[in-house]
Amino acid sequence: MRIVIGEGSCGIAAGASKVHKAIEAVMTANEPFSLGSTGCIGMCFLEPIVDLYDGKTLLRRLVKVTADDAVSIVEAARSGDLSKVDSITISAEDEEFLNRQTRIALRHCGLIDPVSLDDYREADGYQALEKALKTMTPEQVIEEIKISGLAGRGGAGFPTWFKWNAARQSVSDTKYLICNADEGDPGAFMDRAVIESDPHSLIEGMLIGAYAIGACEMIVYVRAEYPLAIANLEIAIAQAKKANLLGENILGTGFSCDMRIKAGAGAFVCGEETALIESLEGKRGMPRLKPPVPAQKGYMDEPSNINNVETFANVSWIINNGGEAFAAMGTENSKGTKVFALTGKIRKGGLVEIPMGKTLRDVIYGIGGGIRDNKEFKAVQMGGPSGGCIPKELLDTFIDYKALAATGAIMGSGGMVVMDESTCMVGMAKFFLDFTALESCGKCVHCRIGTARMQEILTRIVKGEGKDGDIELLEELCEAVKDGALCGLGQTAPNPVLTTIRYFRNEYEAHIKEKKCPAKECVDLLTYSIDAEACRGCTLCAKKCPAHAISGAVKQAHVINSEACIRCGQCVNSCRFGAIIVE
Amino acid sequence: MCQCNCHGPKSDLSLLDDVLKEYAGSSSNLITILQKAQNIYGYLPKDVMYCIADKVGITPADVMGVATFYSQFRLTPIGKYLIMSCQGTACHVNGSERVTAAISEYLGIGNGETTADGLFTLENVACLGCCSLAPVIMINGEAYGNLTPDSAVAVLKGIQEKEGK
Ligand SMILES: Cc1cc2nc3c(=O)[nH]c(=O)nc-3n(C[C@H](O)[C@H](O)[C@H](O)COP(=O)(O)O)c2cc1C
Ligand code: SF4
Ligand code: SF4
Ligand code: SF4
Ligand code: FES
Ligand code: FES
Repeated sequence: MRIVIGEGSCGIAAGASKVHKAIEAVMTANEPFSLGSTGCIGMCFLEPIVDLYDGKTLLRRLVKVTADDAVSIVEAARSGDLSKVDSITISAEDEEFLNRQTRIALRHCGLIDPVSLDDYREADGYQALEKALKTMTPEQVIEEIKISGLAGRGGAGFPTWFKWNAARQSVSDTKYLICNADEGDPGAFMDRAVIESDPHSLIEGMLIGAYAIGACEMIVYVRAEYPLAIANLEIAIAQAKKANLLGENILGTGFSCDMRIKAGAGAFVCGEETALIESLEGKRGMPRLKPPVPAQKGYMDEPSNINNVETFANVSWIINNGGEAFAAMGTENSKGTKVFALTGKIRKGGLVEIPMGKTLRDVIYGIGGGIRDNKEFKAVQMGGPSGGCIPKELLDTFIDYKALAATGAIMGSGGMVVMDESTCMVGMAKFFLDFTALESCGKCVHCRIGTARMQEILTRIVKGEGKDGDIELLEELCEAVKDGALCGLGQTAPNPVLTTIRYFRNEYEAHIKEKKCPAKECVDLLTYSIDAEACRGCTLCAKKCPAHAISGAVKQAHVINSEACIRCGQCVNSCRFGAIIVE
Repeated sequence: MCQCNCHGPKSDLSLLDDVLKEYAGSSSNLITILQKAQNIYGYLPKDVMYCIADKVGITPADVMGVATFYSQFRLTPIGKYLIMSCQGTACHVNGSERVTAAISEYLGIGNGETTADGLFTLENVACLGCCSLAPVIMINGEAYGNLTPDSAVAVLKGIQEKEGK
């Protein structure tokens, strides 16, 4: 038997390493089982997760494991009596979370040891590379990718074969293949999971791409906040070099290509491909004017091709299984699968990979189990700062580049943040504008000044100082910023504002006209009072109130002095009788 | 040794020798050099940046321009414990503002500031990649998830106790 612990970043954050240590501590020298670890299983809501395997067969999946469970886990593994771990075994309902997925980019995640080349090889690893190098021409590789319909998973959805072909056509002895692992959308972690859990599949996918375009070096630009991803990828690169899968004359085919990692330094705009190139060159990450596109003149002015992590993670599967098998999944204009990071007010948050063409409802309700704490679904945010909020009425929208764009949001890189009735949509728009105004590189006036003005207007609206005409002014600014910005950051920064105005205009109006926040989130617009009928006069709230704003005698109804109240909400939490009214 | 005569505290520039030997050959390595320098000194002291400019063959303004562009680089020293408080979308939706406010209030510092005893620095960050455990903070590389204002303060109290403060 094998005990395998899910030790991706989020498993570790949930306590997986402590579980690992605790199990080790109760093991003796000659146990009839082994202990190992794997990457992201993707069921973040159940972390830490411990799997019990017999060979390749999963016997039991144990969830929400704590260090205290170590003894029973070890006893179960020793004796084979799995009833000892019944109480922490995954429920049939939760198993559906994975059963309803189709995993291609994530096909090895949570199944193999990320830093074992043997594990990867056993799971058909590097067969696609061998097939491509030994039996296909670069043109045939590009053709296969074309048949697959694979489009860039970094957000824009541009056909991958087209970019590869353009880079292939560019004439130069030195070409670069770059992987964009900057994953800047705050709330997204698909790429982190792939690199951490299956680094060899990124290397293999990139090698096939490098062969196709004729690159001599590959660079992975990883965001600095992902230390485990960087560490695992470093190990995998060293293993691949040793096994002649990287470097000179790979697998004796005459093809040579090297690989290195470059850690980002924290700037959202560096996810934009030309800014990323500037950053790779050691400069401030400010986007370049296109054309020339990177395929003509990229890193060090040489032809370069940039793809996202998930894009590359699909490549070896396509070469192994054929482009047609990939294209068989999905819709007319969106092929294959897509990975989403499902978070927010969702019951079951985690990594979800499903074929294109499923609906948002399938993901949020079918897999994610709906909204937490029995609240109402309000909207789902897709595409991060470049995307938008999709409301309840559109839950049956297909996962498809065109269908999602029609809502005003975008497919994006895969962040899916679910919101319930308690999230203020004006606050959400302000949240994103705060972000883009901060991250604007400052090169163009429309983006630099325009986002700051929008931020100011949104700030005054959530403070209750909004004016008639503010919505129209925002809309006008949105159009101006879209038109005047040089790069995608500025061009898409208005999307969160436009979609919230489009679908939640009533919330904007309530803030501006009635000075009310329907979601009761904007602190400055709330008033606290006490329901005299419900109040028992227990005095608890008066004792808790930091502003001494509550008065009243014991066993008498209390009152709040709204002048003194600083709207901290502590009284609400302290009252056991639900007597505090927030409006 | 660098001959720069800038003001401020003097750093031990010899600690940089290995890094410069390996990377100073090309200005495209500037970000890597700054990252390594920050690992050594905890932040980027002015004399260190002058020294790097000198060895790489670019102006101090170029170095400063890059150092101020990226949020990872710090121009002032940090406390023993760096609290990275996530302000990403998933954390925002799950109440990160209240968690950060509670930390701020408890320690009496704002974003980017360090406590007087030099124990804590608070830094707001965009996303720590553990979004499904939102709200999340990370202290010296260790992540704490599913926080409430109270449980976040409890984590800090634990550290203070350990440090005997
Ligand atoms: C502001 C901005 C941020 C971006 N961030 C990312 C990112 O974090 N990761 C990514 O893969 N692509 C990002 N992109 C898209 C890239 O510019 C580029 O289109 C992509 O990496 C190409 O790879 P693909 O064709 O495989 O999607 C961003 C674009 C913009 C405008
Ligand atoms: S649109 Fe914004 S981020 Fe993009 S280049 Fe212009 S100022 Fe910089
Ligand atoms: S919200 Fe805070 S300040 Fe206002 S009455 Fe309640 S406890 Fe006091
Ligand atoms: S805590 Fe509730 S019941 Fe007690 S005095 Fe305050 S409002 Fe009344
Ligand atoms: S299991 Fe790794 S992201 Fe949650
Ligand atoms: S949004 Fe906070 S960890 Fe990602």
